[in-house]
Amino acid sequence: MKKPNRRFVTNLCTYLMVIIAFFVCRSMIDAGTMSRSMKGQLVPICAYIVMAISLNLTVGISGELSLGHAGFMSIGAFSGIIFAGWLRAVVPDVGNEVRLLLAILVGGVFALAAGFLIGIPVLRLRGDYLAIVTLAFGEIIRSLLNLCYFWLEGTDLRFSFGSSPDPAIKYLFNGPAGAQNVAKIPTETGFIGGFILVLVTLFVVLNLIGSRSGRAIMAARDNRIAAESVGVNITKYKMMAFTVSACLAGMAGALFGLNYSTLQSVKFNVDASIQVLVFVVLGGIGNIWGSIISAALLYVLPEMLRTFSTYRMLIYAIVLIIVMIITNLPLVRGFVTQLSNASERRRMHRDGKIRKGDAV
Amino acid sequence: MVIFLSHLVNGVSLGSVYAIIALGYSMVYGIAKMLNFAHGDVIMVGAYVCYSAIQYWGLPPFVGILLSMVVCTLLGMLIEFGAYRPLRQATSLAVLITAIGVSYLLQNVALLIWGANPKVFSSVVGFGSLTLFNGELKITSEALITIVVSVLIMVGLTLFTGKTRMGKAMRAVSEDRGAAELMGINVNRTISMTFAIGSALAAIAGVLLCSSYPALMPTTGSMPGIKAFTAAVFGGIGSIPGAMLGGILLGIIEILGKAYISTELGDALVFAVLIIILLFKPSGLLGRPEREKV
Amino acid sequence: MTETRRSTTKMVPFPSRSIVPERDLDKQPILETNHLGIEFGGLKAVQDFSITVGRTEIAGLIGPNGAGKTTVFNLLTKVYQPTTGMVLLDGVDTAGKTTVEASKMGIARTFQNIRLFGNMTVEDNVRIGLHNQISYNMFSGIFRLPGYWKQEKRQHEKTMELLSIFDMQDLADVKASNLPYGAQRRLEIVRALATEPKLLLLDEPAAGMNPHETEELMDNIIRIRDQFQIAVLLIEHDMKLVMGICEGICVLNFGQIIAKGTAEEIQANPVVIEAYLGKQKEAEA
Repeated sequence: MKKPNRRFVTNLCTYLMVIIAFFVCRSMIDAGTMSRSMKGQLVPICAYIVMAISLNLTVGISGELSLGHAGFMSIGAFSGIIFAGWLRAVVPDVGNEVRLLLAILVGGVFALAAGFLIGIPVLRLRGDYLAIVTLAFGEIIRSLLNLCYFWLEGTDLRFSFGSSPDPAIKYLFNGPAGAQNVAKIPTETGFIGGFILVLVTLFVVLNLIGSRSGRAIMAARDNRIAAESVGVNITKYKMMAFTVSACLAGMAGALFGLNYSTLQSVKFNVDASIQVLVFVVLGGIGNIWGSIISAALLYVLPEMLRTFSTYRMLIYAIVLIIVMIITNLPLVRGFVTQLSNASERRRMHRDGKIRKGDAV
Repeated sequence: MVIFLSHLVNGVSLGSVYAIIALGYSMVYGIAKMLNFAHGDVIMVGAYVCYSAIQYWGLPPFVGILLSMVVCTLLGMLIEFGAYRPLRQATSLAVLITAIGVSYLLQNVALLIWGANPKVFSSVVGFGSLTLFNGELKITSEALITIVVSVLIMVGLTLFTGKTRMGKAMRAVSEDRGAAELMGINVNRTISMTFAIGSALAAIAGVLLCSSYPALMPTTGSMPGIKAFTAAVFGGIGSIPGAMLGGILLGIIEILGKAYISTELGDALVFAVLIIILLFKPSGLLGRPEREKV
Repeated sequence: MTETRRSTTKMVPFPSRSIVPERDLDKQPILETNHLGIEFGGLKAVQDFSITVGRTEIAGLIGPNGAGKTTVFNLLTKVYQPTTGMVLLDGVDTAGKTTVEASKMGIARTFQNIRLFGNMTVEDNVRIGLHNQISYNMFSGIFRLPGYWKQEKRQHEKTMELLSIFDMQDLADVKASNLPYGAQRRLEIVRALATEPKLLLLDEPAAGMNPHETEELMDNIIRIRDQFQIAVLLIEHDMKLVMGICEGICVLNFGQIIAKGTAEEIQANPVVIEAYLGKQKEAEA
């Protein structure tokens, strides 16, 4: 391809935006101008950016509404945390970077497996039925986690299901109380890890979209029947999008989890899934850089509204409703589509791509 | 055996509450084709209004219920008019996000008015329990009333949609909105009416739910809301007997699951059964399968 | 009466009451159906449908609205599974196959109500048609291994070559849903051709086109057949197009074949005339 096409330029700008944002934050930390609470938000922001990009793969690119994305995040978080705890016991002098990297990989693998198993039944359904079943799976994962107990005996990882806790044991994961004694990663390391994870996620998702598999995924979204008629195996590509998305969510979970010393599974309930969905929708369905910006802004927004403390969620709710109504007003929507389509139509006419006699 | 029976009655009672909520969900979904995530929070508002009427203003329970129905009906119509009507032409995802926004809004307004501390809701049912088998089986009056009320509501709704002009208009709009409009049906008014009925039912459900499970908080409505939605899908969304059946089955599964398997797993079990049912009957127990025309 | 662009080949009877062009007689027919039928809840939408299409034939399927023409296409492409009878594609039984498998076996189609991938560009629409012509996997795609670059380049060239059939190379980067109607129909044909079919099914290809565009389409269908040496089976209401380019024509009414033959035979067939004119009389009454 000789001339740089539009997608290439957009992707490049997206990478640049992330890299610039990272260095701005770094220099703010070095200069000491970043507030403590803001610094504490850096790693969760990275994690939620990855969550938003990965959910956009399911909702925007593959066109399936998922309300259980936080479920995959929790699987990644807790498998990553437990792994990191075990690793610390086995190899005590392992570096933070290595521990984080391995924990993220473990989290990704477990979430990928869960995504595959859940995808088999879920992807047979469509539309709102699919949405409610993903929600159901998210809640099932959470309920099951409340019955799991992990602890170490020496370097052996022990597991029990459903039994009540023994106060003498120092648990890694203690049922409803969640993960405890987490082998926490310092913020500085976590932030670099988060930055790299965002880049990796971008790389995976953007390259997937621009490849044969990504086109097949989008074809299945745009027109199922037509896609099948040209030989695209719908189930295979829906599954591919779903599992890749789950895997990335698991990695984000591990990054997120290792930022705290304790973590409860309540953090990953329906509300968390919905929150990520809000990021995706406000950032623009199928729009990757939009997801990044909206995840970062909307995650920080409630923090910035902290001065209004009691009113902040109220303001958030009102803003959300107003934004949805305004962006969907027929007038506004018509204007936007007209703007993009008209320029394309004009271009086609100008370049003589449409011949006079054509029925339009 | 007696213990099992008592669990069963509790299950049917809880299920009846789910069924009443699910009826509202299902009707709105059938007619407006949207997932009204804020429906659960209307329940919470209904319960709070009734609570305030009884506790603060000293009104008799019956008046409290009526007042909460009126408030919820108006609230439902207001939500529809203010938040959903402007989005009639928008994608279903945009409407879903708006509904989530409305849900947050209701929860936070309730938080401002009534605070975060749980209120202890005193039962609106005035008489004692029913005792059977020489006192071994005790059925609370709340359970009985809930079951009776839900059956009455279902019968009433079935008659309403089957016999009245407005009910027929509702069915027509849910079948084909465009065609209904061409036949002279006022679609906006029909949808508004649907929200009104659904929200009035939500108020009743809220009062009944809190009479049996008295802790009332701004988030009280969300989980029953989600479960009622599950029940509506379970029974076949858009179908009145389906919502009823789905709700009751769900309640029974939840109570029996909590009693005999694990308290923690009660909710998980409900969702697991939903998934299994949908795999074999993709449009729910009593739903109609949809076919895409090629 | 109508100007004919048909090749001057003689149509000869093929065993089983069908006709194929003489040049295809000694070759395996691309499509044979035997007593094909489907019921929807007791209603026989199509029954006893037996035709043969020659390897390089342009065949027509006509009939009044609701006769079951598109249902036949859906049966051939396995969108529906037949309740009776069988379909042989290039001599291979398609029983139990899926739509995807049918596509891989060499059958491609367009749709009466256009089904493009509206949010994607013209080029990407064709590339999806080439889906099974390239083979690199997800990992080569994500990590941009050499296989990706080589095959993407070849795919791009192939796409441009296919688009040039309808002189559409310039539209490659336009969003498909922004194309004019006629161009959308042409793009659907290009996308179908990208799957390298042996049999191309066109469902009302001239619908919504003006006479000038229809003329061009007729030439193009013949050109596609000659260039790719494939068979074409088309549904069309525009009799000028059908009588102008179809070699063998099959007339369907109420799910049953009422006539088969050349354009001349069909035009002279009293049963066909009755099926069409009879309807007209009812309409007048």
